[in-house]
Amino acid sequence: MIAETGHFAMILALAVALVQGTLPLVGAQRNHLPWMAMAGPAALAQCLLAAIAFFSLMTAHIVSDFSVLNVVQNSHSAKPMLYKVAGVWGNHEGSLLLWIFILTVYGAAVALFGRNLPAGLRARVLAVQAWIAIGFLLFTLLTSNPFVRVDPAPADGQGLNPLLQDPGLAFHPPFLYLGYVGFSMAFAFAIAALIEGRVDPAWARWVRPWTLVAWCFLTTGIAMGSWWAYYTLGWGGWWYWDPVENASFMPWLAGTALLHSAIVVEKRDSLKSWTILLAILTFTLSLLGTFLVRSGVLTSVHAFASDPARGIFILAFLVLVVGGSLVLFAVRAPTLQSGGLFAPLSREGALVLNNLLLATACGTVLLGTLYPLLLDAITGEKVSVGPPFFNAVFIPLMVPLIGALAIGPLLAWKRGDLAGAIGRLKAAFAFAAIMALGTWWWLSNGPLLAVLGMALVGWLAVGVLVELAERLRLFRVPLAESWARARHLPRATYGMSIAHFGVALVVLGIAASGTWQSDYLGVLKPGQTVTVGPYDFTLQSVGPVPGPNYQAMRGTFLVSRDGQPVAVMQPETRRYPVPPMDTTSSALRATPIADLYAVIGEPDGKGGYAARLYHKPLVSWIWLGAMVMVLGGLVSLSDRRHRVGAPSRRKGALAGAAVEAARA
Amino acid sequence: MVLAGMTALGVATALVLTAFRDNIVFFYSPSDIQTKHVAPGQRIRIGGLVEAKSVVREGNTTEFVVTDKAHDLKVRYTGLLPDLFREGQGVVANGKLGPGGIFIADEVLAKHDEKYMPPEVVDALKKTGHWEEGATR
Repeated sequence: MIAETGHFAMILALAVALVQGTLPLVGAQRNHLPWMAMAGPAALAQCLLAAIAFFSLMTAHIVSDFSVLNVVQNSHSAKPMLYKVAGVWGNHEGSLLLWIFILTVYGAAVALFGRNLPAGLRARVLAVQAWIAIGFLLFTLLTSNPFVRVDPAPADGQGLNPLLQDPGLAFHPPFLYLGYVGFSMAFAFAIAALIEGRVDPAWARWVRPWTLVAWCFLTTGIAMGSWWAYYTLGWGGWWYWDPVENASFMPWLAGTALLHSAIVVEKRDSLKSWTILLAILTFTLSLLGTFLVRSGVLTSVHAFASDPARGIFILAFLVLVVGGSLVLFAVRAPTLQSGGLFAPLSREGALVLNNLLLATACGTVLLGTLYPLLLDAITGEKVSVGPPFFNAVFIPLMVPLIGALAIGPLLAWKRGDLAGAIGRLKAAFAFAAIMALGTWWWLSNGPLLAVLGMALVGWLAVGVLVELAERLRLFRVPLAESWARARHLPRATYGMSIAHFGVALVVLGIAASGTWQSDYLGVLKPGQTVTVGPYDFTLQSVGPVPGPNYQAMRGTFLVSRDGQPVAVMQPETRRYPVPPMDTTSSALRATPIADLYAVIGEPDGKGGYAARLYHKPLVSWIWLGAMVMVLGGLVSLSDRRHRVGAPSRRKGALAGAAVEAARA
Repeated sequence: MVLAGMTALGVATALVLTAFRDNIVFFYSPSDIQTKHVAPGQRIRIGGLVEAKSVVREGNTTEFVVTDKAHDLKVRYTGLLPDLFREGQGVVANGKLGPGGIFIADEVLAKHDEKYMPPEVVDALKKTGHWEEGATR
């Protein structure tokens, strides 16, 4: 019954979405209020129906209902409960249902919190959301129904890919989707604004918090994925420029640019067409990411199935969305009045530079990701574009971005004083020089990139602190006054500083772990000791260990430093019977100073085992820094000015008070 | 601003073109290596099936034969092989052709799970007529 309930709820959701996608849109054109007002309840109903469908599938997974094909293919009765739940989105059909569910949650959020949006804008936004939902509901119902039954039902399931059986990965897809789908809000607002032909600072005030929410989720999702690749795949790296990683990174780059350009729209009533275009592109890249990952065009852990019908459907949907919105943009964009030109040396000028560099970086990643696909389609030649390409292109674009990142916030709106800003950054410059020379001396003229990386860390970290100190007029006025200023500084400002400081931490992690990493790759016999960095690893024993649903071979390393034991590390190789597969489970000892990382491999048949040992200084800061960036986003979100609807509500309250006063 | 945009675009194009010239890696099947000229020392990617009973381990170095059922290619790799490296299964490797026609791999990629076959390998097998639909799926 549960599967049929879910299936039926999905069909009903489609019907509701069709209503929500048409009547409010027509109503908004004709200024027909009852029709416009239908959007809100419809969005709530759609959310409820999608929730029923999603939780029906989850129930089927939890109770291991093997009469449902999706459960048979992706679950197994012996699987731990966490992975039975995570298995719901650990497959193509279920992940689509999650996508739809999240989309409807965002739609319901507009319906609930958007009561003080202009009625027309609200109706149009929800209608656009409904059209996205229609596309995905049709796709799921027609090509990837998760509720298909099998008869007769098998006794047990085929299991979930063991690589996905990991707590970090259990929550990676939901966060990524919350990010991807969150950008649909910016998209829906952009399309609604194009239909209305009007973009104003109030519009940007609405778009910014939604984009920020999506950005926080996406950043978390990417960081989780990277962390998972780091310690589960046992390769010891944290980013591979794999097409699938790029698929999530492109919307992040565009979304980051969008966050910044929306500020210019809000504060200066400028850069409107560009911001609209960016909102369209960001969501398009999210769709493209979904397409690349789910269609089987790219091969990786994420490509569950390569059914050509699915690929063609998503491609058609993508063409429709991109083509349709770009045509609308081309027709309507010239009517958007811009607030005039501005000086290149100003806060908004710095934000434009940020946008240029981020958009260019995004473009090059797109090119590098799609080029092999295009070349294969056109000439049949197989090429691969790997990390060397991306490093060669990406790093030269990020260096000026980070360089400008310290200066931008110090420039005033309208007309900035570059010389003054740089003058105030003397401390940052000095610190950058110290970091660079220190690195240079330590490495005895080592790689230039390491020196540059560490210099950028010093420059940005101190630059952020200098900017904050400037705002507080620290040490130039009595401390009590600085404290008072600190308390009155908007949270969005703190959010910005925290997020930018997070960038410095990420760069620190990348530069330091790349520069000072030491490793050992080789064959070890029990009893042997090798030195990696400042640590000695002794392989004590290797033996079999049973797991809940796998058999493991566990190596035990005693790690010591200067003769003092530090840790015992136990990497494993695991053999899963369902589905038959071997995985590596690395042992990780993570500290803020350095990570120790051990992997054990196959026996060489002569009593030795292949082993890989790493000492990676400061590598954790890549993820900790990303979390600091997210924290910055959250602090910024808590700003009253960003709280959804707050500005207009306050205006409404003021108007109400004025009416009261007039009556009295 | 237009100027800044054009400059950024120009710089990006220059970066991309240089990076493309140096860093794109072409795929060759064992048959391609026989028929097309591959300069020794040029970075390429090869792939096919690991021939049964061809894997020889010597300490940290492994030698094996990659075949597309028409031609064979001997591969040498030093390092830890991926978990799913198996005789008779698909494999892709990056590296250079060394002396004596041995492919010196610096990276070996096997699939992520039992069902997956590298698409390059599928194509290579199809070309030599040895692809069995459903055999590995």
